[in-house]
Amino acid sequence: MGSGRLYLAVAVGGFRRYATYRAATAAGVFTNTVFGVILVYTYLALWDEKPHLGGYDQAQAVTYVWLGQCLYATLAIQGGGAEKDLMERIRTGEIAVDLYRPADLQLWWLAGDVGRALFQMLGRGVIPFVFGAVFFPMALPTEITPWLAFLVTLLLATLVSFAIRYLAALSVFWLMDGMGVNQALMITGVFFSGMVLPLNAFPGAFGEIVRVLPWAAQLQMPADVLMGETDPWRAYAFQAAWAVVLLAAGRLVQSAATRRVVVQGG
Amino acid sequence: MSDEAFIELDGVEKVFDVRKKTGFLKRERRQVRAVDSISFTVPRGEMVGYIGPNGAGKSTTIKMLTGILTPSGGRLRVAGIDPSRERTRLAHRIGVVFGQRTTLWWDLPLIDSYKLMHRMYRIPDARYRENLDRLVELLDLGALLDVPVRQLSLGQRMRGDIAAALLHDPEVLYLDEPTIGLDVISKSRVREFLRELNAERGTTVLLTTHDLQDIEQLCSRVMVIDHGRMMYDGPLAGLHEVGESERTLVVDLERELPPIEVPPARVVKVEGPRQWLAFPAAESAAVLVARVAAEYPLVDLSVREPDIETVIAKMYAEQAEQAEKAGSAGNAGKAIS
Amino acid sequence: MGETSASGTAETFGGSRAGEALRAYRLIAGMWIRSSMTYRTSFVVTVLGNLLVTGLDFVAILLMFSQVDSLGGWSLPEIAFLYGLSATAFGLADLTFGSMDVLGGRMRDGSFDILLVRPVPVLAQVAADHFALRRLGRITQAVLVLGWGLLAVDVDWTAAKVLLVPMMLVSGGVIFCALFVAGAAFQFLAQDAAEVQNAFTYGGTTLLQYPPTVFGKDFVRGVTFLLPLAFVNWVPAAYVLERPYPLGLPQWAAFASPLVAAVCCALAGLAWRAGLRSYRSTGS
Repeated sequence: MGSGRLYLAVAVGGFRRYATYRAATAAGVFTNTVFGVILVYTYLALWDEKPHLGGYDQAQAVTYVWLGQCLYATLAIQGGGAEKDLMERIRTGEIAVDLYRPADLQLWWLAGDVGRALFQMLGRGVIPFVFGAVFFPMALPTEITPWLAFLVTLLLATLVSFAIRYLAALSVFWLMDGMGVNQALMITGVFFSGMVLPLNAFPGAFGEIVRVLPWAAQLQMPADVLMGETDPWRAYAFQAAWAVVLLAAGRLVQSAATRRVVVQGG
Repeated sequence: MSDEAFIELDGVEKVFDVRKKTGFLKRERRQVRAVDSISFTVPRGEMVGYIGPNGAGKSTTIKMLTGILTPSGGRLRVAGIDPSRERTRLAHRIGVVFGQRTTLWWDLPLIDSYKLMHRMYRIPDARYRENLDRLVELLDLGALLDVPVRQLSLGQRMRGDIAAALLHDPEVLYLDEPTIGLDVISKSRVREFLRELNAERGTTVLLTTHDLQDIEQLCSRVMVIDHGRMMYDGPLAGLHEVGESERTLVVDLERELPPIEVPPARVVKVEGPRQWLAFPAAESAAVLVARVAAEYPLVDLSVREPDIETVIAKMYAEQAEQAEKAGSAGNAGKAIS
Repeated sequence: MGETSASGTAETFGGSRAGEALRAYRLIAGMWIRSSMTYRTSFVVTVLGNLLVTGLDFVAILLMFSQVDSLGGWSLPEIAFLYGLSATAFGLADLTFGSMDVLGGRMRDGSFDILLVRPVPVLAQVAADHFALRRLGRITQAVLVLGWGLLAVDVDWTAAKVLLVPMMLVSGGVIFCALFVAGAAFQFLAQDAAEVQNAFTYGGTTLLQYPPTVFGKDFVRGVTFLLPLAFVNWVPAAYVLERPYPLGLPQWAAFASPLVAAVCCALAGLAWRAGLRSYRSTGS
């Protein structure tokens, strides 16, 4: 199909764009590796004090850390993916050009973000993960099925991650400035995705809540599926539900926003 | 004595090491002579145009003159100072305007940037006020002083930048593409100001440009650089001769006619009643126009200047040709280094 | 020569280079503060945001302590003390030198050249570039945690121990400043690689928020002798809290932080000069 090829081209463009920044990618690999090492030590101390915290053993906690470093840029957990460019285009009014393109706005940006995510995964995510696997004990499955299930959850995680950031970016239609939204994205992303601590180690009722928020679909679900801590189908259902809800919300807000642009005359 | 040669370059060179990828993980080191043994002097108070195609070495020369870059060889003095060794001392005596980069503060009113210059250059209060008033008047900035820079048009911002570079009474002003992207009115305003500045203050001006009209209207002297080498240094008229460049006269006649005949001009293109005539740049356009008007039913006309790229391309081709001739004497390819 | 009023006064006043640099820093930082004030709501939002983002590190520690009573053998107040010292010292450096990562971008778009034709030290201009008061958010949360840590730790305060606290903040801040400058110098080599310095600066402050007993011995050796982060808080804090020194360092090491900071500054200064020299010879 013609339109399928269009979005594929957009995705390839997203991949290529990030691939041109070689030094920046190398710098990112280095930084993620250093942070991984620091976090691993603190987690080991924590799990030393309280074995089986959140149902993980030490090797699983270590695996979780390196997976977090691997997905940090891939899922733009702290922000900094397609939504950054989208906000800028809304702010400058260039978005009007995008609206006249014979393509779906949301799909267009999703395609670009998927391309970016794929590059960040291969170029920036894999190396710290391999480094972790070589120098620290990890709990990685030896058969192929959990890895395939893991790939499915990654794909769904990419969708949820994009949907959250797309919604945030659209708010700039009303706020006219992305500063505050970016900060909110950063705080919620880092905290509720479980970058500081696995969500299943969060205490009490607070833990119950954070584990059903959409951010749980980003790092916690793929990690649990890879390490066999949860039923893959349950994870898929959870992620897919959030993806559908958030992407639909994105479409709704998008149509309100475009009406606004048309009324204002671009 | 220093007045005679305010800017002095003697065999100045700038060699860059360029690493080029030639394959996977394979890199080739290559030396590029951005500026290749250039010598010239500029006396105090002269206005000089410095031209050449992109990548010819213009910016590299300006960067060496301002102390940003250290030359790889040769001797360079501005106001008796070695720019690369005493960059901050020299900074008080020079003004620099980079056409596409502003020194002004984007979110703040124009006047705030000037206040910063006042304090950063330690300009005495009375002097600052006097200079500011004069610059505001000449560059017509009065209504813009309280406007945030981001709201200024390109032309307004360029005028603002020029004023910022002159508040501390520099003895020499370097302008890198001062009229790039400006509309016709802004261009002529900037040129008029530079002429006045030069006449009134005796400020030495060195400007790089792509616009031959800048040179034509401002500079008595032009230097052409290509591939890091000085190709020409002299008056503009001489450049046209050397470059054998041609101007174009576009005439609109009352009706379609066969190609008209007014030697030495020759018709290069006909489109309905409009005809394009090429004639040597050194020839007077007025004489030619008078003849066309006398002999043909003329409705309208315009004269088009040759652009620098064409002039230089011609010059370059000619040099290469000469080199080839000399090459038969066993010296092949030396012009192209 | 030098008769023009402008250069004449500059030479009269410009007695010390450091004074000149400080003055230029103040001037430029002032411009950035005024620029940020033109977007007032954004400013308030970003100060609050900065406070929250940087506070997350401590929230993570609190979450851990909701599950355990000690980490690496250290109690929560003791770790709060470590955290407060590290984060405040880093916050001070972040406020004053924290925007140096824009240097690479300035070289790429050519605006770095504009800084080079001004009559004031380049390092001061780069350090003050994009000066942002929103970074007070980090210092605020750090000082709050430090205050609580000071009140909550069980310490017999002596004059030496009291004195060590401000000493740690100042020397620690200076050590982090030196890291920022070294990171900036690195950008002369690799303009796109500004993020590398994050590993040392942000990574540094993060690791110092946890006790040295948490980390592997070789790792602690590295951040004591190679990259002397341990002198920001670990070593002096061990004296204050009367805990064993990491790596069995001698007693006097607790008071060596100012010296370490001075050496870091000297090295960073050399790196900066080398970087600037290479830029001026290659133009990139």
